[in-house]
Amino acid sequence: MQILRNPNYNFIRWRWQAIALSAIVIMAGFVMIAARGLPLGIDFSGGTLMVIKFEQNVHEDAVRSAISGIPGDKVIQPYGDPSERAWLIRLPLGGPEQGTSLEQGAQAVVNALQQANVGKFEVISQEIVGPVIGRDLQLKGIYATLASIVGITAYIALRFRFAFAVGAIVATLHDVLVTIAFLTFFGYDLSLNVVAAILTITGYSVNDTIVIFDRVRENLRGMRRESLEHVVNLSVNQTLGRTIITAGTTFLAVFSLFLFGGEVLRGFAFTMLVGIVSGTYSTVFIAAAIAIILTGKQAKRRGTTAAKPAAGGRKAS
Amino acid sequence: MAKNLRWKVLLIVGVIALAIYSFYPPDKKVRLGLDLKGGVHLVLRVQTEDAVRLETQTTADRLREQLRTQGITNATVTVVSPTEFRVENIPPDKDPAFRNLLTDIDPVFNRSSGAGSYTFTMRPNIAVQLRDESVTQALQTIERRVNELGVAEPIVARHTGADQILVQLPGVTDVQRAKEIIRSTALLELKIVEQGPFPDEAAARQAYNNNLPPDLQIVPGTSEGAPGDRPGTVYYVVRRVPAVTGRDLRTARQSLDENGRPAVSFSMNKEGAGKFGAVTQANINRQLAIVLDNRVVSAPRIEERINDEGRIHGNFTSEEAADLALKLRSGALPASLTYLEERTVGPSLGQESIRAGVLASIGGLVLVMLFMLFYYRLAGINALVSIVVNLFLLLGLMAYIGATMTLPGIAGFILTIGMGVDSNVLIFERIKEELQTAKGARQAVSAGFDRVFLTILDTHVASLIAAGFLFQFGTGPIRGFAMTLTIGLLSNVFTAVFVSRTLFELILSRRRQVATLSI
Repeated sequence: MQILRNPNYNFIRWRWQAIALSAIVIMAGFVMIAARGLPLGIDFSGGTLMVIKFEQNVHEDAVRSAISGIPGDKVIQPYGDPSERAWLIRLPLGGPEQGTSLEQGAQAVVNALQQANVGKFEVISQEIVGPVIGRDLQLKGIYATLASIVGITAYIALRFRFAFAVGAIVATLHDVLVTIAFLTFFGYDLSLNVVAAILTITGYSVNDTIVIFDRVRENLRGMRRESLEHVVNLSVNQTLGRTIITAGTTFLAVFSLFLFGGEVLRGFAFTMLVGIVSGTYSTVFIAAAIAIILTGKQAKRRGTTAAKPAAGGRKAS
Repeated sequence: MAKNLRWKVLLIVGVIALAIYSFYPPDKKVRLGLDLKGGVHLVLRVQTEDAVRLETQTTADRLREQLRTQGITNATVTVVSPTEFRVENIPPDKDPAFRNLLTDIDPVFNRSSGAGSYTFTMRPNIAVQLRDESVTQALQTIERRVNELGVAEPIVARHTGADQILVQLPGVTDVQRAKEIIRSTALLELKIVEQGPFPDEAAARQAYNNNLPPDLQIVPGTSEGAPGDRPGTVYYVVRRVPAVTGRDLRTARQSLDENGRPAVSFSMNKEGAGKFGAVTQANINRQLAIVLDNRVVSAPRIEERINDEGRIHGNFTSEEAADLALKLRSGALPASLTYLEERTVGPSLGQESIRAGVLASIGGLVLVMLFMLFYYRLAGINALVSIVVNLFLLLGLMAYIGATMTLPGIAGFILTIGMGVDSNVLIFERIKEELQTAKGARQAVSAGFDRVFLTILDTHVASLIAAGFLFQFGTGPIRGFAMTLTIGLLSNVFTAVFVSRTLFELILSRRRQVATLSI
């Protein structure tokens, strides 16, 4: 059984349109971030996050008014299914970082809820991150992303051509930016788990790209006379079945995580879902296109255009 | 060939058996992280400044004492900063005698001199060493306290910053109590009371005409009233140098006082008993202040010489008494601590997370397996086997190296399934392509695996690089994820390339001439 029998689509023809589309999504993300700020979770911004479970149904307004006396921008959201009767309360970072005042916010919430008499409740999870740790984690997140990008670029440059490495990295950065854009569109916070998901996407997207590049390398050996455009397009088509099946199955697995993985994993799963789609798209449309554009420029500069004629229009056999 | 195949199959079966052996039974051998089990995660900072300040303070105190015994009474010793103290008014004729006193101090402090005055500044390398030691000591003390708490599999370790300590207490839900036990300095000092108690600090100063001698100090304490009285704060004037300190304790335990109220009994070690005996003998009928973290807990009257046994009673609840005994046993912290991060996961939420995570994983697995069977037919079974073997290996290796399973770790499991499927898909698609050029099934399988091997290697190395950095820079749960991913990638190379190929060969070896393959 086969989804596609000898596919032959001219993906490379659409490269400029694809780049424009990606640029629009990423720009929209930037505009959103500029307007609203990067939605940092408490892991990075510092602050207090509590999940409180009530014994009876409590209306959101009751919770809101109960803790209205606590200063700062508070976030109150239902946590998980409404039948769970659980609420998430987030407080901004407050006060100097003293051992006694770290849990002040959380304590104030508990006291306020008790006084307001909204019903019996239990704090089922409580996370307090001070500013030092927040800054630490921010730096580490950035380091981890940059270091893995540099490491992967170096590896691809070593195994393939430098232009390919640039293509892979542009595609990877593209995926990171698109994912962050979608996180802002849908109002997910950037937490540690989400950063882990983004880094996984990095690996996943590079994985996809390498599969195609490997094929390009293999094909180039047998077709020295063909244009790079033609070879790349052929390789993308040859691996298309695999790309679709892998993306599909991974999407399936992560979708199950998104649906049933519970509230804690939701942000993680959402990030992965976006990343898988973006990763597959960028592999086909961005990574190869960049590699071709760069190789073309190099060839022109060296004046060796004769060796690789720009006969891009020729169809795959 | 057939013999070769038999060995391969044996090797695979052996590896699977080993993997199952190392994680069975899973509820005992696979360690769960805090986000799954529930518990407390704390990051503390050791105020290493304290240790430096204390060293400067005690050195200055000791020097002041020595100057007095040498008869250099005009000289003053003042601490000007945590790393600096100044000695002034040394008469010129006493200068050689003063310099003789400095043999212990010179290795620790740089000295600069003016006319009859000296400034001592702590050497930077000594300060660094003191800071580092204070973190190590704090770590050891916290470790002892946590162990005394009876928490199973706690983690007490240095955290990323030079002065940070990570404490993880699985299964602990009373955060306040745990935090209190870990943080309290538990510096016990027994000091002779000169005067007091006074109702306020001013009154205590008044008693000395507002000119408190430098060897005395004022310490606040809780007033001792009848039980049930509202305790107020009173002030004692005590000797600065303690008779004995917590270091001289041999042990401490919860007990009851003569009125049957909770108290803490302690006994001294040999050295402490000697000092304690001498001091109590010399001060019969005076009060002895029991000072804990610079606060007088109680100030009983010394009725007779006490050698090695004593009892502390304040207005303790029985839990407070037990906690105090625990803190005294585990020793004092060299510096105070502040909390930087605190995360608590209730056990119910942890359970919920496991249920959801496992459910989602199984759901994902089943969906993917169904698809593979549907799409690849017989070869799909091959893919299933390698996925299942992969999961066994992953669990086995994690149990073997004692890695912790976290929620992102479960996500790592799912990702491993994805990677495993991807490798299989790559291979199968390639075999299909090779079959089209009609070289016969055997050659197609062989060529498919050979051609794809490099691709699989490249993708896995690239992912390993990413996972490695994730492990390097990540903390807590993220590390768990990176760990699972790394192990998954490694075992995946084995299953996708070796196990899957062996299975194909096994199928093909049953038949003589093979032109087709169910794929």
